[in-house]
Amino acid sequence: MNKTVNITIDGRQIMAEAGRNLVDVARENGIFIPSLCYYAHLEQPLGTCRVCTCHLNGKAGVACTEKVHEGLSVVVNTPELNDLRKAVVEMMFAEGNHFCPACEKSGNCDLQHMGYELGIAGARFPHLFEDRIIDFTSTRMIMEHNRCIKCRRCVEEIFTDDGKRVFTYVNRGNETVVGIDYEQESRLSEAQAVNAMRICPTGAIIVRGADMSQPFGERKFDMESVQVEQAPAAKEPAVKTREKKVIATVSLAGCFGCHMSMLDIDTGLLDLLEFVEIHKSPLTDFKKFGKRCHLGLIEGGCCNSENVETLREFRKNCDILVSVGECAIWGGLPAMRNTIPLGECLEEAYLTAPLHEPGAGVVPYHEDLPKILDKVYGCSEIVQIDYFIPGCPPSATHIWKVVENLLWGEKHSILYSEFKYD
Amino acid sequence: MTNPNRTQLLNRLWEFQRRAGYIRDADIQACAQWLDISAIEVEGVASFYHFFHRQPAGAIQIYLDNSIVAEHSGFEAIKTAFEQATGAKMGGVDPSGSFGLFATPCIGLSDQLPAALIGFQPFTNLTPEKVGRIVREMKQGASPESICDTVESNIRYLPPEDRTIFFRECETGSALRQAAALGPAGVIAELKMAELNGRGGAFFPTWIKWNACREQPGTPKYVVCNADEGEPGTFKDRVLLQENPESVLEGMLIGGYTIGASEGIIYLRAEYTWLLPRLEATLADFRKKGLLGKDAGGLKDFDFDIRIQLGAGAYVCGEETAMLESMEGKRGEPRTKWFFPVEKGFLQQPTLINNVETFAAAAHITGMGASVYNQRGIPGSPGTKLISVSGDCHKPGLYEIEWGMPVAELLDLCEAEDPYFMQVSGPSGECISMAEKDRRISMLDLMVHKDIRCGGSFMIFNRQRDLVRVLLNFSAFFKHESCGVCTPCRAGNFILQRQLEKLDRHLAQPADLDTIRNWGAIMKATSRCGLGKTAPNTPIMAMEKFYDYFVARLGQPANSLNKSFDLERATAAYEKYKS
Ligand SMILES: Cc1cc2nc3c(=O)[nH]c(=O)nc-3n(C[C@H](O)[C@H](O)[C@H](O)COP(=O)(O)O)c2cc1C
Ligand code: SF4
Ligand code: SF4
Ligand code: SF4
Ligand code: FES
Repeated sequence: MNKTVNITIDGRQIMAEAGRNLVDVARENGIFIPSLCYYAHLEQPLGTCRVCTCHLNGKAGVACTEKVHEGLSVVVNTPELNDLRKAVVEMMFAEGNHFCPACEKSGNCDLQHMGYELGIAGARFPHLFEDRIIDFTSTRMIMEHNRCIKCRRCVEEIFTDDGKRVFTYVNRGNETVVGIDYEQESRLSEAQAVNAMRICPTGAIIVRGADMSQPFGERKFDMESVQVEQAPAAKEPAVKTREKKVIATVSLAGCFGCHMSMLDIDTGLLDLLEFVEIHKSPLTDFKKFGKRCHLGLIEGGCCNSENVETLREFRKNCDILVSVGECAIWGGLPAMRNTIPLGECLEEAYLTAPLHEPGAGVVPYHEDLPKILDKVYGCSEIVQIDYFIPGCPPSATHIWKVVENLLWGEKHSILYSEFKYD
Repeated sequence: MTNPNRTQLLNRLWEFQRRAGYIRDADIQACAQWLDISAIEVEGVASFYHFFHRQPAGAIQIYLDNSIVAEHSGFEAIKTAFEQATGAKMGGVDPSGSFGLFATPCIGLSDQLPAALIGFQPFTNLTPEKVGRIVREMKQGASPESICDTVESNIRYLPPEDRTIFFRECETGSALRQAAALGPAGVIAELKMAELNGRGGAFFPTWIKWNACREQPGTPKYVVCNADEGEPGTFKDRVLLQENPESVLEGMLIGGYTIGASEGIIYLRAEYTWLLPRLEATLADFRKKGLLGKDAGGLKDFDFDIRIQLGAGAYVCGEETAMLESMEGKRGEPRTKWFFPVEKGFLQQPTLINNVETFAAAAHITGMGASVYNQRGIPGSPGTKLISVSGDCHKPGLYEIEWGMPVAELLDLCEAEDPYFMQVSGPSGECISMAEKDRRISMLDLMVHKDIRCGGSFMIFNRQRDLVRVLLNFSAFFKHESCGVCTPCRAGNFILQRQLEKLDRHLAQPADLDTIRNWGAIMKATSRCGLGKTAPNTPIMAMEKFYDYFVARLGQPANSLNKSFDLERATAAYEKYKS
């Protein structure tokens, strides 16, 4: 047993055994330091993800590679540090290609969970949309490079019985990927392979058949949050004083899921209609703006020239514009095509797909047809967007709470459960 | 326990690379069997270093320096000349497989650009005509060794009145004798008195490191000389190894004696492969004179020898812990700060790592005595410093200045032409404008004295140079050289490059300047090693010091309706299908 040392975390005096890992010590004392790559039992911490950045004796540094020592002073929770950690996780989303609704790991994913915990809402960084491969070579495993955050867990944890590595980084810089040794992989037992999938904090390692039929593990993050759940603010009784407002909605390159979600407050919708007039919207089928609107709700990003025109129309006619859902925010599921050049997408769809008779296909082009953009754009890349409501789709109560706040200044908390979409 | 042969993996890969011109799948398998590790692990190492190829890369490989100074001295024309003469496109191989043509970051010849390495031999001051001649001769069978250039040392300035430290007359071995007379504690005291700080860029007090390593109980201990000199625009270590390798070896010997080590290793960047014969000859000479080997320098029980480990192309391997990994035959990824190299370094043993210039300075300080050494420079920053000057000046080359020389004086000495933007200590250092020309170059606390530190690279850019292009060149360098281990550097450098490209294409808005600043601050705070922490330095500083320049580069002001989005550009790919 090492000697005991005194440290402070966020001003609190804490005694701990010298040389222990700061993340563990903090946790045992009820202080949560976000982490992704950290794996308590590895003798040398990985220190790759940088999500656990704190202030250590006044300087920014990561907690998981810090041994506690006498006099160590740690700051974890300040608005700046929270934003710093959030930014690092946002970078992971910008760097990889994460389409949670189509991901096997959704609901059990540490990265997604961290996104929720840190309250990621918009897209601060431009998505890089690098074309990354999905490696189907192994007969048992699928390596989904779009989702790997290079945390290194699999590299340091998964060995064959005779001690050979199965995973290693290959290449360098932003081209770094996790390579699999197919031969060694085939020598893993089924349980070892499933373990690889399980320790991966994202959906990058998939074992065929192991996850599709039944969700692997509990959907642990559905249930609990390490954030303190805030009670909803008391409903303001003075609803009668609401002024009537006009709103417009539209679905651009979206799936109408966000509109379905808007309708999901059931009879609450009838109450709402007392105070809002829905003007141009798929709900009313008004084709043109007949008057100025207080608020425009945009679902979907822009994938063609018609989307761009409609979005600009909305900007012209609405005081406040809100991007509702991931597609409107950064492209969402339709942006899956962004990693592939447009020509390849169109030719595959219209000319070379096996369903076509060779030579018979044609890529549709007519001056009356909207023109397809080179990639799917988030709305804020095209016009100024004032607010973002994240989610795929955002829950109905989340959407309407935001609307009530924007139109009448009413204050609500968004509950953790309302912020969950997987 | 790892296989002891593992430390030889880079050397083995080099053998294969040289034999076939690339590393074949069979070679990977052979290494895996030899070390009893999985093939992917060998693949991971081979793919980390950019001089190792996994595809046929030509019988003769040509590497063209693409640093910013090279860009300014005619990179494009030389590239075209090579493409025409060899038939190879940049980044590829000619149809006959004779020549491979590649770009590579600074090769340490910034005072004689445009330059290239052909078969790892130096070719300097290239012109299109010279390129034509070189390729013609090689096609006729001449080997690169037989026709390469002699690299000039270009020592332009030494402190007057025999005040030079690095090029002073001294008998080889005398400093070691002096060290033995002083004893380990005495050597450390001299270094402390001389206030010697590391010359590899971080300026860490040398005596503290030596002392800490000396106090480590574990043996064996190692002495490592960092000759990776990867910071673009730096070539001072190269000149020192060319002109006075004896002083460097002697510094390592003194280090070994002081901390109680038995082996020294020089980690030499592959770009300096052509220096190997000179260095090996010096080592042989040392062994012959009894300065290396058993009872080195005649000191009883001091058994010490030095070997050279060649790198394979990776700037990040200059970072000391990445270098240790590389020396252990692994990917050159910086370690976490869980242990310091003086505690657990090479093979988890106590290891002393210093820069080439630091070792030479340590030898001179021991030899001449700190009190004499301290007569150079200024109070608080004694001694001299080697500076590699390049860019827009008439006399690029090596300058040994006394600490305390103002920037203006250095600009005068090198006959800078219309200097506008100076990059001090390389892309990861800082940029200064002419408004700062009176700042002194010293090691003094920069908060109090406003002096500027210089790690060794001093690049000068005149008013005609496009600053955004300079930043883009640096940015491409960092993106290429990031080891890829941690998120903020791997992704952040990529993202910053996108922002700079926007600026270059006149599409940026004022808010984009803020993003470069803010996102750069995120990288600085969260990156694992110095590479990611310093990569955003220059863009952030440049925008502060040359604000008007950047404002002039912004695009049309955006309104709420129209951002930098360009509908015509976005639909251009689709218009192809109009029939
Ligand atoms: C990305 C990076 C690259 C570096 N490259 C070099 C280098 O090429 N040569 C060098 O001597 N030090 C380099 N360093 C500094 C070394 O990590 C280390 O501080 C130095 O070798 C210690 O020796 P010194 O105290 O004598 O300077 C680099 C550091 C970083 C973060
Ligand atoms: S790995 Fe996680 S964050 Fe990425 S797509 Fe899957 S669920 Fe979403
Ligand atoms: S595959 Fe998974 S475990 Fe391995 S590095 Fe990527 S994210 Fe981490
Ligand atoms: S900062 Fe860059 S070079 Fe350093 S460890 Fe991180 S990724 Fe590697
Ligand atoms: S948890 Fe600390 S760096 Fe990943």
